[in-house]
Amino acid sequence: MSKAEGQVVIVGAGQAGLQAAETLRAGGYQGNIILLGDEPYGPYHRPPLSKAWLAGEMDAAQLVMRAPEALARKNIELRTSVKVSAIDTAKRNVRLAEGSTLHYTGLVLATGSTPRALNVPGAGADGVLALRSRDDASAILRHLQNCGEKNVPVVVIGGGFIGLEVAATARKRGLAVTVLEAAPRLLGRVLAPVLSDWYAQLHTAHGVSVLLNAQLSSVESKDGQVVAAITTDGRRFPAGLVVVGIGVCANDALARAAGIECDRGIVVDACGRTSVAGVVAAGDCTARRLPDGSLLRLESVQNATEQGRSAAAALLGQERPFVATPWFWSDQYDKKLQMAGLSFGSDEWAVRGTLDAGIFSVCHFHRGKLIAVDSVNDSKTHLLARKLLDAGVSPAPAQAADTAFDLAGLLAK
Amino acid sequence: MPHITYIEASGQTTTVALPEGWSLMQGATANGIDGILGECGGSCACATCHCYVEESRLGELPPPSENELAMLENVAAERRPGSRLACQIKATATLEGLIVTLPDVQE
Repeated sequence: MSKAEGQVVIVGAGQAGLQAAETLRAGGYQGNIILLGDEPYGPYHRPPLSKAWLAGEMDAAQLVMRAPEALARKNIELRTSVKVSAIDTAKRNVRLAEGSTLHYTGLVLATGSTPRALNVPGAGADGVLALRSRDDASAILRHLQNCGEKNVPVVVIGGGFIGLEVAATARKRGLAVTVLEAAPRLLGRVLAPVLSDWYAQLHTAHGVSVLLNAQLSSVESKDGQVVAAITTDGRRFPAGLVVVGIGVCANDALARAAGIECDRGIVVDACGRTSVAGVVAAGDCTARRLPDGSLLRLESVQNATEQGRSAAAALLGQERPFVATPWFWSDQYDKKLQMAGLSFGSDEWAVRGTLDAGIFSVCHFHRGKLIAVDSVNDSKTHLLARKLLDAGVSPAPAQAADTAFDLAGLLAK
Repeated sequence: MPHITYIEASGQTTTVALPEGWSLMQGATANGIDGILGECGGSCACATCHCYVEESRLGELPPPSENELAMLENVAAERRPGSRLACQIKATATLEGLIVTLPDVQE
């Protein structure tokens, strides 16, 4: 793609779409950049939605990632409340729902993900809500306030990050909270059992009723408004709000319909390229092909920004693969979890620090090599771990467990 | 609204009137100042809003938390006496005229 002219259309005005737009400009692209968002807002920070914003500690203006003037200065044209209905990769056109078409020389798909919906009777009741967008968070906030006024409990379906962050925020607001998790442990898809147990204790200590192996069977409502969640063993949990946090699905329907390869996400290489020339993708909507052929789906800010940069570079004809160590964080109560690397496939772990003190890192190893570090209130170890993992340098498990051992010294060598 | 001046590594200088309660990170990112990334949205989790505060005015700021100090130990650019994370500094009237310099790398 020529740097001097043409038009890049970016579908999705979230973190990944914005990053792609700004990286194109930083890379010297002079053509048009049109950033299309289907929400009524420009790019905003999603992470605070389940935390500071829901706790009432932040106003809506502070969620904004870029003021309109800042985008205008970079000559990035933002169009909000725009839905894309189809892509014609042969003609290089994007069709908008209102009927017009936009030609592109380069296309970035940054369509995000959609929360998985509850599939039980009664799930359509008012007050059964997932959290993805600002509007979702506003609706949850209204119901939290309502629950506070009427002294009605909150039920969270799913003990993943979103569910647990909302549970912590609801406790902060003084509400009674029950978490129903279908699996035998919390955060089972992302954390080792030792941390699952630790988080269950943390929430229990803060007054949350954490129920594992709890399968939802239905939602009970009155006059259309949720009043209780019912589990398959017949238990009834009164609720003025049911927050659904049972994972997300990549928004790949548009790409799939256009003949772009998808497999539970838009399949991309390390540089964000899809199966179709001139079309790149970034963020939650992607499934990244790894060197061993497997597909990796990550839902994180880092994934959005890294892929956004890679995808923009790819359109400019540059190789800029996403090879950095994945990282993620979650704030619950006064505990900050920071994860570096992916702990799947861990066959040995060592704890640096003490679990009881609430300041520690769990270091995961595969065949004696460090693959991931999950830190709680231990930012220093987290950032060091990212450097160690990026450099492919590994302490021995016994060294990792020894807080007197200087991990930074390994990097200096 | 205190006026905060950001000096990017390129020399680009921008002065922003920051609503009280906003962090220096929010003031920079909302105004498209590229030297600050603020990827985590301000929760002191990513260390990509590293900035250098004029040393003569450091004492006017609330001191960094233990977590911020731990993050500062491993920022991408050189750590200096004036190093802070911009997301942890909230605008107040006393910060009028503060100048912060931004490093050339954040990650």
